[in-house]
Amino acid sequence: SPHEYKLNFKKSKEVCLSYIQDAMLQKQWKRAAEFLTFYIESLEKDFSTEYMGPSEMIWRIGTEILCHHSNSSMKEFNSFIEQMKTLGVKRYLKVCLEHAFHLLCNGLIDEAYQNLSLAESWRFGEQTAIQNKEMKLIQAYRGLLDYYSWCKQKNILLEHGQDGFEDLSVEQEMHSCFRKAAVNLKEIIKIPGVWDLFVKCYVDLLEFYGDHNEARQVLNEYAYNSKFPANPNAHVYLYQFLKRHGESKKSLISALKILHDIAPSHELMIDFNIMLQKSKKRKKRQLGLEVIFAALDYAGWKENVKAWSCLARQVKQIVISEKHLDWIKQEWNSRKDWWPAFHFSRYLAKRNWQENESLSYEKALVAGILLGKDCKYFKYVSHQGCKAQVKRFRILKKFVNKHNPVYLRISG
Amino acid sequence: RDFNERCAQCSEVNWGLTDGGRFYCRSCHNVTERTREVVNTDFISNTRIQTISKGLRKQEKTDGGCEWYVCEGFQLVLKRQAEALETLGVCPQMKDEILCNFWRRYLQKTKQAYCNRSAEETVKTFSVCDSSTDVDSEPERPSLLHLLSLSESEGDLQTDCSFASSISKVSESTSVCSGSVDGSLYLMKNRKEKLRMTMPMTLSFCYMALLWLREPMTLSDLLRFVVEGHIPYLNVFQHFPEKMKLYGLDLKIFCVESWPVYEEVYNKMLELAAFLDLPRFPDITDSCFLHPDMLCMKYLMEVNLPDELHNWTCRVVKKICIGEADFLTLVPGNKSTRNVKYDVLAAAVIVVVLKLLFLLDDHYEWLLSDFAEERNKNNKEGAPYFEFRKWYKVIKRSLDVKQKKLDEERAKYLWRCEKPLFYSAKKKSKVLKRRQMVVNLQNQFGKLSGSVQPAEKPNPSSFQLSWSEENTDGSCFHGHSLKGILQEKCGLLTAMNPDYWLCTVKLCNEKLCGHLAHYREVDFPQSYHFVLRLFSFLLRIQPSYIHDEVCVIEHKLFNKKLCKKPKYNTGLRK
Repeated sequence: SPHEYKLNFKKSKEVCLSYIQDAMLQKQWKRAAEFLTFYIESLEKDFSTEYMGPSEMIWRIGTEILCHHSNSSMKEFNSFIEQMKTLGVKRYLKVCLEHAFHLLCNGLIDEAYQNLSLAESWRFGEQTAIQNKEMKLIQAYRGLLDYYSWCKQKNILLEHGQDGFEDLSVEQEMHSCFRKAAVNLKEIIKIPGVWDLFVKCYVDLLEFYGDHNEARQVLNEYAYNSKFPANPNAHVYLYQFLKRHGESKKSLISALKILHDIAPSHELMIDFNIMLQKSKKRKKRQLGLEVIFAALDYAGWKENVKAWSCLARQVKQIVISEKHLDWIKQEWNSRKDWWPAFHFSRYLAKRNWQENESLSYEKALVAGILLGKDCKYFKYVSHQGCKAQVKRFRILKKFVNKHNPVYLRISG
Repeated sequence: RDFNERCAQCSEVNWGLTDGGRFYCRSCHNVTERTREVVNTDFISNTRIQTISKGLRKQEKTDGGCEWYVCEGFQLVLKRQAEALETLGVCPQMKDEILCNFWRRYLQKTKQAYCNRSAEETVKTFSVCDSSTDVDSEPERPSLLHLLSLSESEGDLQTDCSFASSISKVSESTSVCSGSVDGSLYLMKNRKEKLRMTMPMTLSFCYMALLWLREPMTLSDLLRFVVEGHIPYLNVFQHFPEKMKLYGLDLKIFCVESWPVYEEVYNKMLELAAFLDLPRFPDITDSCFLHPDMLCMKYLMEVNLPDELHNWTCRVVKKICIGEADFLTLVPGNKSTRNVKYDVLAAAVIVVVLKLLFLLDDHYEWLLSDFAEERNKNNKEGAPYFEFRKWYKVIKRSLDVKQKKLDEERAKYLWRCEKPLFYSAKKKSKVLKRRQMVVNLQNQFGKLSGSVQPAEKPNPSSFQLSWSEENTDGSCFHGHSLKGILQEKCGLLTAMNPDYWLCTVKLCNEKLCGHLAHYREVDFPQSYHFVLRLFSFLLRIQPSYIHDEVCVIEHKLFNKKLCKKPKYNTGLRK
């Protein structure tokens, strides 16, 4: 590597930074701190308009070092952060927010709350308007902490209620937390973004106080407003809410349909399939088949007995009724090239039989129908099952043998 | 004040001295051509000299400061540098006579031009400022932004324009922008005058004086001492007397934000010597430290090569006539001869000798080493035969350690001085607050650094690497014999190596592309690169400089062969 013998201020600080970076990557915190002390003087030349100037560097690096260094205490960290707050007014709220996060991660909830409150009351000319986003976040997190207090009060009340005590002050406290929380949470979820935690908490509050309409509206907005980024969780929350409130199957299904579209491997797909299978409408039942096949495309579902049993049940039902074999054909068409190796290899047959008999049973049924009685998987598992004299395998064998022609029609 | 003539204009006898040392009539402000030399090198208090500029004198100095001129600042710098050099062993003559005279001469040469113009300039500036009706002269008023951009110095100071807007309009005297009286004028001066004083130029002055006295200190030594902190350079202004307040544009003049660069200091020295009309410098003879024979000996010792190599370096020096006083001695203004960088020259000679004896083609030198090793098995008495491989291992280890240390020192280099600097009074409190925070943070993280001892300034030493023959581990090669790689031919010992490769077949035109050759590591053998890297480290200059010099020497050495047959490949038989 070329060694330079020239040096100027800028270059020497660049080099210093690279040493700090190396030390940090190797978790040598003492060494990182050592080199940081030599970097710090660049604060006196912080007139740069660079994207990341010395003050931001020092804030970020110093935070990392203080987090990991064995000798550093929370007190030291706090004093450091307070200095960082005075360094750049343009960054003030960001530093406050991250400071609060850090306090929360260390379990110092009250301190975090104080910090957030203090930050909330900060005013600095036009900077306040420029740092609007950070301010909203600060308010939101404070609202979250208010929610957390609300929960605590609520639990106290419930306990006392059980013991037969009434506690007016706690109740009042609780309501006041609710008001504070609600105001801020409501604000933040108006802005397009991913606010899962805030939405959940806000809905919880609304439900507790009986404002179901507002809750439903909030969840609908969160799930369906196109300005918000696509978020599977939004639909999950909506679904769960609707379920909680005994909404119609129709609305439940429409909520889950979108979830299937954006997250076909979501765990709720099992519930979805079960609901759809029970439907009287043909289209819905077909959709059910689609849903369960789609879920099993994913590696994470390979050993999910419930999923396989759903598929097996539906396939069996279709075969017995001899109606809608074309549904199976349609689903199998795009999968027949790779599902055999993915799910029904001889290796998997052995392994599934050894590890999970029920799994192998369900899969064997599906394999038998889709690939015929002579396929590796079915042959092995049914043979083993019959050998072990497990009753259901004998029944399975009979069933598949009986319906073997179906396989020919499907695969053709 | 023994000037008793009557003033030509007003016939009064009421004389004062301008800062340039000229007499002027206090009654009518007529300036004469008579000068009075500034005799002592001490800082001259303004109470003894009255300036001619009107508005400046009215300047209120509420902070206990006084008026001072930029050249006075530089004078102080030079004084401190000379004192430091004296501490390092340079003879006292340097400070009291040589450097002092050089500086005086410089002042004369520049002040003569400067003084005339400055009087006019200053007066002109003030007439502009005073007359509010003079709208057309608006653009002549130097804006701070403009002044900043005029400065040649690189680096961040140029981007520190944030304070520019906070400085009030230059409607009062220009010294509002600087502690010195002429700071702003200094930066604004006509760029045609190339020899405006700069911080790097103080080192040129020092080196020039050292060269005049033929002191045993090369330019690379000098610059190394500067970087190591033995010679005041970085933040030297913090030792100015309290009365000399430094702020604003003064910082641009006196603040250093980069290590001095060899080429820059050297070239300025040449310019300076010519500018001052200096005569031929004292001859560099073969008893001088700077003579290639002497320097080669020093460097050979320093890089742990056998003393016997000195015979070879002397042979090369003699053959290409670079040991002649006429070649080595500096004649200012003589553009026909290429000026000599003694340290680079000596290093290059050694490199050439190594190439002559070991070829350094990544192949032959190792073969020779094996051969010497074999012969060493039977060589139990007398000095061991020099083995290139052993030497390489020892040196590489030491070099890597030192280089790593130097690299870390670069990262840890501190530029700020204890005295906080600020550009204007308005910014003062902000700067001080910032300084306080820096100190706090340094303390906080300093504690977390573990038990790291504060960096001590290394003792100044001429030798960066040292080897002792008392080491029993055999790591000192000074006494080793070259017989292992030599052979007898016609009663003379010659190198076994019959080949040589030229670094470059043709030298570039220095004036066109700035270099004589272009060095790229990948184009040359690794052993060659290693040797260059070694000397590059010792001299603290880029390998390409040494490579250039090697090319020149080779071309002189093989001149006849090169001229005879123009179509030569890079391989060459001696």
